Amino acid sequence: MTRAALLSRESFVELGARARAQALLDPGTFRELAGPFDGLTSPWLKRQGVVPQGDDGVVVALGTIDGHPTVVLAIEGAFQGGSLGEVGGAKIAGALELAAEDNRRGVPTRAVILFETGGVRLQEANLGLASIAEVHAAIVDLRRYQPVIGVIAGQVGCFGGMSIAAGLCSELVVTREARLGLNGPAVIEQEAGIAEYDSRDRPFIWSFTGGEQRFATGLADRFVNDDTTAIRDVVAELIARPPRSAHRSERYTDYLRRLGRYDASKQPTPDAVRDLLGDQT
Amino acid sequence: MSDTQTPARGETWLAALGGKAPRLPGYPRSVQVADFEIGGRAARLIAVVPDASSTFPRARNGEVGLLEGWSLAQAVHEAIAADRDAPEKRAIIAIVDTPSQAYGRREEAFGIHQALASAAAAYATARLQGHPVIALLVGKAMSGAFLAHGYQANRILALADPGVQVHAMGKEAAARITLRSVEDLEAFAATVPPMAYDIDSYATLGLLWRTIPVQHAAAPTPTDLSTVLAALHDALADIDADPHRDLRGRLGGENRGASRQVRAVLASQWQG
Repeated sequence: MTRAALLSRESFVELGARARAQALLDPGTFRELAGPFDGLTSPWLKRQGVVPQGDDGVVVALGTIDGHPTVVLAIEGAFQGGSLGEVGGAKIAGALELAAEDNRRGVPTRAVILFETGGVRLQEANLGLASIAEVHAAIVDLRRYQPVIGVIAGQVGCFGGMSIAAGLCSELVVTREARLGLNGPAVIEQEAGIAEYDSRDRPFIWSFTGGEQRFATGLADRFVNDDTTAIRDVVAELIARPPRSAHRSERYTDYLRRLGRYDASKQPTPDAVRDLLGDQT
Repeated sequence: MSDTQTPARGETWLAALGGKAPRLPGYPRSVQVADFEIGGRAARLIAVVPDASSTFPRARNGEVGLLEGWSLAQAVHEAIAADRDAPEKRAIIAIVDTPSQAYGRREEAFGIHQALASAAAAYATARLQGHPVIALLVGKAMSGAFLAHGYQANRILALADPGVQVHAMGKEAAARITLRSVEDLEAFAATVPPMAYDIDSYATLGLLWRTIPVQHAAAPTPTDLSTVLAALHDALADIDADPHRDLRGRLGGENRGASRQVRAVLASQWQG
């Protein structure tokens, strides 16, 4: 971007979850469900000395995008690292389940998920994990009827069980600030050692899991600038499409063939990954 | 991840349940697939097992890695395709004994999240298309590995045994990420049911359909085998009698009140 373009754009990354959902939905259509005044806070955090939040870090907003009925599920990265506990997980899974029910009744509700999450909230461990499994189930159900669009803007990125959810989406949109990976860098370093994965080496982390690399290797579908208008326009374009007949998650034959060409005795470079996974035609 | 138990339970139970059924070709050694019959019904057994000679050094102890994730998807999708026009879809039984997903540079570089998504989507698709899908927990069912292999099942069954554990992260890493000591983590795990590692605490969350008492979870006796076969048979009958193909059966647990309450609020506000 030029200096003038940089100065004139409105950053999406810098918006909180609620403002992001408002920015995507058509003006005047935003309606929040299970919001901060509905008394749905985590029943598990308080007894561990963590102050709960009224929305448990997830915003569920119904409205329209270019007139299409859409539910936006926005995760607030600033609360507990965007981690999913029982309540936040149930908000996402429950809303996706209702969107699928809408479609079975003839209402073409779409979904957009704004990922900003480290995955399972470890203070609610097994209920976070269970709710993420229910999010997966609901995406696979809904994507048969309508597109489910994932957006990873940054700065938390998308990790853990929610990276699997991102991999289930019909379309995945990323920015340069995005990161997408199963295991967070600190966890890999803890489990495998600093020689395997140096969690403090930010260029190294981004070179493998950053949005630009994920787009170049076909693990994301769109690469956009951190610009609210640009992100809204891409989401609106993708959401107006018919549901996909085939998903990235069904391409096991192709990925196994590509992996078969990789000599796993050597650590890969980012370029080697582009050679192997790029060119998704 | 430290591990004191023998990590071959998945292989042991697949061999016991499958009897003389051969392992299907076309899979890496770490993904074992066998077709057998249970009560006259065709069923596919799938297990992820250790392969000390795997070319992926971070996936040699039964972890679900890149090859395992994509191959699980293959094993499930091939069953879906084979039964496309069959009046009765074969059951798919995931035998779960996975210490974790694979933690490594290779794995992140090539998108292990997408490999695991592929496996989860395959199981979910099989369930939606009418295959009865059962997860049988015989050892550890950890985190992303369990999400990829078992957590999309219509029913989850677990051996009642201390070696059967479900969790989101190993204790040392979980302590580091939440900025606590392992001792603090264990103290919370004793009083906060979703944080516990043992299968009895897990059972209070309502996610298990049944726990199965056995004498030797690591080396099943003939009695153990018939007990587990009977439980699998019961689970199949329960799935066949259920008009729903979703996961709503997991929401009734005593410690899942908030999950039910959130869904009730969403449903009441959805129509405006």
